[in-house]
Amino acid sequence: MTAADQHALRRERALRKRLEWRILLKHPASLLMRLAAYTAAFLTVGVLLYLLVHNIVRGIPHLNGNLFAWKYSSENLSLVPALINTLIMTALALLLAVPIGVGAAIYLVEYSQQTSKIIRVIRLTTETLAGIPSIVYGLFGSLFFVRFLGWGMSLIAGTCTMAIVILPLVIRSTEEALLAVPDAWREASYALGAGKLRTVFTVVLPAAIPGILAGIILATGRIVGESAAVMYTAGSVAEIPSGRNFFRDPVRTLAVHMYILSSEGLHPGSSYATGLVLMVMVLILNTLSRYFAKRLRTKAGQKDANE
Amino acid sequence: MNAIRKPQVRRVRIKELLMKIIFLSAALFSTAAVLIICLFLFARGIPAINEIGWLNFLTGTRWKPSDVPPSFGILPMIVGSVYATGLAIAMGGPVGILAAIFISKFSPPKIRRFINAAVGLMAGIPSVVYGYFGMVVIVPAIGNAFGVSGASLLAAGIMLAIMILPTIIQLSVSAIDAVPATYYEGALAVGATHEQSVFRVVVPAARSGVLSAIILGVGRAIGETMAVTMVIGNQAVMPDSLIHGARTMTTNIITEMGYAVDLHYDALIATGVVLFVFILIINFSFSILKNRGIKYDGS
Repeated sequence: MTAADQHALRRERALRKRLEWRILLKHPASLLMRLAAYTAAFLTVGVLLYLLVHNIVRGIPHLNGNLFAWKYSSENLSLVPALINTLIMTALALLLAVPIGVGAAIYLVEYSQQTSKIIRVIRLTTETLAGIPSIVYGLFGSLFFVRFLGWGMSLIAGTCTMAIVILPLVIRSTEEALLAVPDAWREASYALGAGKLRTVFTVVLPAAIPGILAGIILATGRIVGESAAVMYTAGSVAEIPSGRNFFRDPVRTLAVHMYILSSEGLHPGSSYATGLVLMVMVLILNTLSRYFAKRLRTKAGQKDANE
Repeated sequence: MNAIRKPQVRRVRIKELLMKIIFLSAALFSTAAVLIICLFLFARGIPAINEIGWLNFLTGTRWKPSDVPPSFGILPMIVGSVYATGLAIAMGGPVGILAAIFISKFSPPKIRRFINAAVGLMAGIPSVVYGYFGMVVIVPAIGNAFGVSGASLLAAGIMLAIMILPTIIQLSVSAIDAVPATYYEGALAVGATHEQSVFRVVVPAARSGVLSAIILGVGRAIGETMAVTMVIGNQAVMPDSLIHGARTMTTNIITEMGYAVDLHYDALIATGVVLFVFILIINFSFSILKNRGIKYDGS
């Protein structure tokens, strides 16, 4: 594009803009509609920015050594035990939910006829599971794992509850990832003589990995941010479980720690700092998840283009 | 046919079948989970409601678990949940839909990417962080403005309005984006301005999608627990004013779970059952709307 072309383009744009404004001034209702849309968008972004800045400004001065002491005490209000508990619980819950979720998605996408009754039931219940609020999961966990199975408020009870919470998330993102793999790949694999199982494990799953990973990371974010479902299943003891009773020890996760700190209302500084750590963790996880989801999309897009 | 019955082939077949069964049982796991959740909640909650009396439980206005004899009326909490959710939708609904219209029809690609990222961030922030923000910003603001303590239905409504924004925006954007360009172009062709075409033609065509976004927002709002607990004041009384404290079904459960025993504990489970029924109705209407959708002609 030559400089003259660019100049012409700019002129045309400026002209169009002026024309647009002239139309808007002639139609006050249209102007109003536009203003409403602009205001709403501004408000949304404004609220988010205010929340972020407020939290960062108040939180950073209190991010000190005390907060990261190895052991929690009522003086240092350390978040380290809660953080480690959260990591342990995340790892265990993923260990439980990912194989089941991925297996379920494989069945839903690769094996089933999409119209069969059993598929409709499975889809309906998976959707129901996704819509259940955390507090109901918390109640169920307290009834089933804590009381009925007699595990007490413990790491394992909280972990199992969270595994159910994230199951629909894992299923849905794996499903999407599998659906993004072009059918031509499967057909090519069959044409080479591979069976269904081999096709799934050597062709479809590897191609779907970024999408599955996106789902797993999103699930991690959900576990890290969750409080209502774990408060009365995992308990609120700010110590790292150890020794023989590892799984049966009650533990406090980071989100619950944040809730307890802030509802006590005695330590606003530490609450801000803890909230900041929590928020940054979840935001990093979500951004990572979006990155992988995008990679899956672009990869699948390239495949389509190559066909 | 004999060739197919070679032992290796049979082994492969058995393996295929075995794995299919394993995958199927994984898929059935979520069905089993829903069934067990229903079973345990209802098996414990329904007898409790029977013992309290259905009328006393659902329409009783006194929640005094430690009185002798105790009263377990959850009407104040049902009303509290409905009010808080209604406020959230009244504030978050219009803002969310308008913001979605902006994203879909008024923003240049760069700004669109930025706002989408912002909305994604909003969706990811944990409830407790929102709750603390409400506790230190919204509650004092209301307190100063009206000369009250500030922990109130209004605070909960504002809190929830912010929290359901990403849900409403994301779903509305995809509903509006799905309307074929011909609708918009047709409106322009008969002389409508850009705004008239968008607001009068494109958005009405996307109404079922936008409505399902609102319904999902209702579901989120009614089920939210931690953030509401931190700003609503938690008084178990019939809400008499927007600027006074109230209690929702979710906060009723979370505040008393820690120390409830016997019938009190069961009454909390029963509160959860009522909440669960609300959620099931909301989800059901959501999936009906979603499946019905609108078939666009000529797309």
